[in-house]
Amino acid sequence: MGPIVGDLIVVAGSIFIVIGGIGLIRFPDFFTRMHAGGVTDTFGAGLVLTGLAIQAGMSLITVKLLLILLFLWLTSPTATHALANSALEAGLKPKLDRQEEAPSS
Amino acid sequence: MLAVATGAVLLAMGLALVRAWAGPTVFDRILALNAFGTKTVLLIAVIGFLSGRPDFLDLALVYALMNFIGVIAVLRFSKYGHFGDHDEGETI
Amino acid sequence: MKHTVGLILVLGGIWVLWSWHFTPLLLAFGVLSCACVLLIALRMRIVDEEGAPIHLPLRLFRYLPWLFWEIAKANIDVAVRILRPRLSISPRVIEVLASQRTDVGYVIYANSITLTPGTVSIHTEGDMISVHALTREAADGVLNGEMGRHVSRLESAK
Repeated sequence: MGPIVGDLIVVAGSIFIVIGGIGLIRFPDFFTRMHAGGVTDTFGAGLVLTGLAIQAGMSLITVKLLLILLFLWLTSPTATHALANSALEAGLKPKLDRQEEAPSS
Repeated sequence: MLAVATGAVLLAMGLALVRAWAGPTVFDRILALNAFGTKTVLLIAVIGFLSGRPDFLDLALVYALMNFIGVIAVLRFSKYGHFGDHDEGETI
Repeated sequence: MKHTVGLILVLGGIWVLWSWHFTPLLLAFGVLSCACVLLIALRMRIVDEEGAPIHLPLRLFRYLPWLFWEIAKANIDVAVRILRPRLSISPRVIEVLASQRTDVGYVIYANSITLTPGTVSIHTEGDMISVHALTREAADGVLNGEMGRHVSRLESAK
């Protein structure tokens, strides 16, 4: 039971990683692409490492997996913010949606 | 099943490489690099389980560390043109 | 002082967990590494409530489940938007007030915003955080201030 559930969670995570990759290609500008990268960093990494931890059961390996996950989740927003802030200060302007400014739908 | 996950992660790494190649700005490339690094960490972890050698996790952690430091270093360099030896009090 | 002790315990614990070898040589390496990190941290004067927030972990157990749930919802929303044949995004930049008292609370708030897909904090000035949001819904989710209240509760529970 445990291994199969773990496997399924790992595969689900890898699907989210691919979705993040697709978003990285499809989204129109740098600032929107950051959100696609966020999907990979949070849910992709979270599901893959949690799934592996379920497979490993209660052991030192699980602790290591969760420490890697903790590290990724601590550093990824820092790196993303540093990147976005640098881009903004370098003069990169986010493409904004003008039509949605008016109250609608 | 883990083989499927490995293939999916490799596919996503390819997509990140396409974005790194296409740009258009340097920040797109750094973003792709960062995503590529995260996927490398996950790939190492999954392959470690696939081949029954969970001690690969130590390598995965080192990659996670290098990825973070690397992105910050590249950002500093692309922003200031140097690694910030002489400017005090400046933050990223 | 308690921050120094806390940092030593965390560093030592991390070494033991990753190494799990108890030969005298490797333990000596561990002690040496921890001492180096501690010395550098002390020299940088970052061993304080901000650099070693030992008061937080217990309270984080209340905050993290809520944050995980928010991240899960946001992830599925962004994933669906990526996969739709026609991109249904409306990117915008909004300003939110961070009413947290401490710098640690401020950072946790800004990083929580970034960690949730669909919103990224791109600039901070004083108490205001500029947030790039992928959709109107994501922007509203930040503007309603629920996350800010959760972080404030995290830092104020003494």
